[in-house]
Amino acid sequence: MRSVTVVGASLAGSSTIRALRAQGFDGRVTAIGAEPHLPYDRPPLSKEFLAGTMSADELSLLTADDEQSLRVDWLLGRTATALDTSTRAVTLDDGRRVVSDAVVLATGARARRLPGPTPPGVHTVRTLEDATALRAELRPGARVVLIGGGFIGAEIASTSAKLGAEVTIVEALPTPLAAQLGAEVAGAATALHADNNVTLITGVGVSELLPGAGTSVRAVRLADGRELPADVVVVGIGAIPNTEWLAGSGLALDGGDPGGVLTDAGCATDVPGIVAVGDCAASYRHFTGGVLRLEHWTNAVKQPSAGAATLLGAPAPKPDVPYFWSDQYGSRLQFAGHRHDGDSVELTDCGTDAGERGFLAVYRRAGQPVAVFALNRPKPFNRLRRELAAMATAPA
Amino acid sequence: MIRVGAVADLPDGEAVVVQGEDPIAVFRIDGELFAIDDTCSHQKASLSEGWVEDCKVECPLHAACFDLRTGMPSGPPAKMAVRTYPVVVTDGVAFVHPAAVPATA
Repeated sequence: MRSVTVVGASLAGSSTIRALRAQGFDGRVTAIGAEPHLPYDRPPLSKEFLAGTMSADELSLLTADDEQSLRVDWLLGRTATALDTSTRAVTLDDGRRVVSDAVVLATGARARRLPGPTPPGVHTVRTLEDATALRAELRPGARVVLIGGGFIGAEIASTSAKLGAEVTIVEALPTPLAAQLGAEVAGAATALHADNNVTLITGVGVSELLPGAGTSVRAVRLADGRELPADVVVVGIGAIPNTEWLAGSGLALDGGDPGGVLTDAGCATDVPGIVAVGDCAASYRHFTGGVLRLEHWTNAVKQPSAGAATLLGAPAPKPDVPYFWSDQYGSRLQFAGHRHDGDSVELTDCGTDAGERGFLAVYRRAGQPVAVFALNRPKPFNRLRRELAAMATAPA
Repeated sequence: MIRVGAVADLPDGEAVVVQGEDPIAVFRIDGELFAIDDTCSHQKASLSEGWVEDCKVECPLHAACFDLRTGMPSGPPAKMAVRTYPVVVTDGVAFVHPAAVPATA
């Protein structure tokens, strides 16, 4: 293998380049990025960058040494439009074709939007430009309505409240994060909003965004008829993988719309020389014994080692336990493993007052721990995460 | 020298924090002791509360990874190393030297 094309220049793409070089690959690397920027880190976009305590430069995922050690031909501001699996040729939106011995699919995901046109003042947060635009509107006293109470919505609510905005979260489910954490744990975790004077409205959907006399959004109308006055609306209703461009390629995708790229545990697709990593990859996970598409930061950092090893014929790294974190209102939320409905859950180490809120939750299936969640309990969380990791690496 | 405590009292795979000029985290990994800056070089978080694997600690805040032996970050989002400190064990008691090991990089 003498040349690799990496489609996607964010965390998963840049981590794959890092992994290829670390594993000794000396050939040509071409990286295609849809955004005009070199790789940058997205988690701060809803937190420190949005709060104004971190600059765009500080988001960079590259160091001064990387230019020399990674040796990448960056094609930025270009989108891949087609993949020819037989020649491993990637076609770009300017008509150029990039042909190489191997292709890494790391196109990530984008923010899901509300259907139909939306008035100005309605935001999603995925890119640097998104966060910059939202930051300009988060003034003290601004009425901010978050549509969706998931992790990104909760983090933006937290940052907005810190900046002095009046914040309301609207969540269609009875409890935000119930799908990820289960109702009991999610209920305990989302109590942080009330602690911080953020209003949480649950179990009701949004029917309409009402434009004001100017053009900007004026209010959010809920399915039950209520109207929430709003200066700023942020939509945080999930992400969708950037895989439409692969539809005609013949690559196997999962059943999503659009589907994630199906891979084995080593990130190999069903075409030799083509791997998929990060948010766009629906990969087999040893830990769960099934295929999962994960949108976790840590997945986009760790999967690339496996993908690079597959391309180079190197030994596979040991399997990982899924892990993610979230920072809200100065509290730390951490989750490792994978839970299903029906798992038992036990909460321990509970502090229930605002200011000292925290607990540890262990999920079990047939008596065996399968996942752990912690709110402000990093040390016991690590102990349990270690137990889960030991189980993941034990021979089947 | 800063007294850390009896080695037998340090739980394996975890860290304790002692106060030098800046806080220092002392990790016990498979019986061996490593001392590094407790404060992550990326943003303020205590590495002693991080996840330890393969002689690396992952910051509990943003998952920046540091090699406990060298203090070097293994990838994003951290770009700067943390300092490492010499640890000595005398009669089963661990001490940290408050002067950091000069960076080798």
